[in-house]
Amino acid sequence: MTAKILIGLDGSEAGDRAVAFAKQLASLIGDCELIALFVIEWSPYSFQTAEENAERHKRREAEIAAAKDRVINPAINALKAEGFAARGMVKHGHVADLLNSTAVSEGASQIVVARSGDRGLASRVFGTSTAHLAMTSEVPVTIVG
Amino acid sequence: MKKSILNGLALLPFTAVPAFAQEGGSIDQAVNEAFAAATGPFVNFIFAPIPGTSFPWIVMWLVIAASVFTLYFGFIQIRGFRHSIQLVKGDYSDPEDAGEVSHFQALATALSGTVGLGNIAGVAVAVGIGGPGATFWMILAGLLGMASKFTECTLGVKYRNEYADGSVSGGPMYYLSKGFRERGLPGGKVLAFLFSVFCILGALGGGNMFQANQAHAQIAGIVGDFPGWITGIIFAVIVFAVIVGGIKSIANVTEKVVPFMGILYVVTALVILIMNFDKIGWAFGQIFEGAFTGLGVAGGIVGALIQGFKRAAFSNEAGVGSAAIAHSAVKTKEPITEGLVSLLEPLIDTVVICTMTALVITISGLLIMDPATGNFVLDGSTIKTVGDVSGVSLTSAAFAQGFSWFPYILAIAVILFAFSTMISWSYYGLKAWTYLFGEGKTTEVIFKVIFCVFIVIGAAASLGPVIDFSDAAIFAMAVVNITGLYFLMPIVRKELGSYMERLKSGEIRRFKH
Repeated sequence: MTAKILIGLDGSEAGDRAVAFAKQLASLIGDCELIALFVIEWSPYSFQTAEENAERHKRREAEIAAAKDRVINPAINALKAEGFAARGMVKHGHVADLLNSTAVSEGASQIVVARSGDRGLASRVFGTSTAHLAMTSEVPVTIVG
Repeated sequence: MKKSILNGLALLPFTAVPAFAQEGGSIDQAVNEAFAAATGPFVNFIFAPIPGTSFPWIVMWLVIAASVFTLYFGFIQIRGFRHSIQLVKGDYSDPEDAGEVSHFQALATALSGTVGLGNIAGVAVAVGIGGPGATFWMILAGLLGMASKFTECTLGVKYRNEYADGSVSGGPMYYLSKGFRERGLPGGKVLAFLFSVFCILGALGGGNMFQANQAHAQIAGIVGDFPGWITGIIFAVIVFAVIVGGIKSIANVTEKVVPFMGILYVVTALVILIMNFDKIGWAFGQIFEGAFTGLGVAGGIVGALIQGFKRAAFSNEAGVGSAAIAHSAVKTKEPITEGLVSLLEPLIDTVVICTMTALVITISGLLIMDPATGNFVLDGSTIKTVGDVSGVSLTSAAFAQGFSWFPYILAIAVILFAFSTMISWSYYGLKAWTYLFGEGKTTEVIFKVIFCVFIVIGAAASLGPVIDFSDAAIFAMAVVNITGLYFLMPIVRKELGSYMERLKSGEIRRFKH
């Protein structure tokens, strides 16, 4: 049975560290598929103007296309070029919740994310996405420093 | 041809105002006189009484429609209520649609267009003329109006236009033309045309001038009297920056602050009511007694009823058709779901928020009563108040009885509500405008410039002519929209039957438990 590892990407250098660690794990496991997930932070309970609502579908498609072009496709192409089995996806929602639910639905044995180093006030008050993931995930999580 | 008409319309307010200004002295006075003269016949027609009575036919029109829809859909506001909450919570939203417009977002956007001055100033006008009894009729109108909203918003989603680039346009103009064609009925395009004309007038009236006017009244109340056109120009520049300049940061701040203000308003009202817990029973007594006796207000029971229904319709816009434009952007394959969600709008707007305002005004004791008769003391057609206040000032004074600092918060809330309502209505008006004149950058900019010019006129004119025109324009939308809804309601019933059957059978799946 092929093992699966879910990697959280955010387009930053932290994502590269997560990919590097996941590659090490995949090499050790052998038969392993790497799944890269880019989450566009979004809430169904946010407030928008009528004009934004009318344009929302168009913008959503543009956001997904941009995330694929700039983050997911280059990462997947690089992994495939190195001989790894890999695929990617882009989703809208809450980062920690989506990493967890995707890992569960895909049957991944582990989630790999990297510490983003966010030291802003919001993260101090509400905690970071990685901290939230570590506390709530149903699947083992590795946080790369 | 279209362009020359548009250019002429755009220039009209610029050319009319200076001409009057030279003759009449102050700019405000000139604007006011010109405006009252131009809109008088239209206002008189809309508010004409039913022959032999003092009851305006338009109020009867709205009440009958809301009652017909309530009966026709088997009290949908009661039997669909639980499911509408589940829909707003996202229980039936497909996770694959994340990132699209949710039911909550469509509802919140529509509410930001309706929750505002109608809830603060409008209720004070109703209670100030019709007494506490007007509240009873306002609540009843809100409850019945839920069925009107359900009907129009379902049709708004069903017949919306979805363009190749993924953007959407919906509203009465689309369901009137497409729905009538589908049913093989004539006249759909004529109704759509008329609706669009009245929607543009409504956007310029209630969605713009009334807001600018009351925002100026609030600012003048704090900093002292100064010419309205100054407030108008400041507002016009900010609105222009958002709707023409596309400066999203202003709209973004408003989107975040307005819901907070709404919640703060309701919480403050609740705290005042809790502080005066012993008077709540008495206040409800006044509301019921006033509803059926009038408690001495001008026009008696009918006076209270007219004020209640009028202000409810102006506040929650049920049957007007504007909400159908706002709700049509939602992501759903089932138009009925948005209809069910939209019925929460009159409930939140009128039954909850307006009632809070009315209760606070009633328990404040600002409405002067004759202890000997138990009836209100009248000053002309309005109830005499402590400090001689009316409109927003009455609400402000009533809240100040609980918290002396609240008028400052209320002033900020009024200005923000006015601003967010203007942004919402600029969009509704624009959709009607592009329906008439076609989509395109130039056409859109012409409407947006006209919209900004009317902000200045609204802030400069006095409340009487502005409120009359605002009401008349919005009710004129309801005349056309409701006529269409009567012909299209069988389509909604068919959709509802099919949806409820599939919901019962489990074909429509719940994603969250």
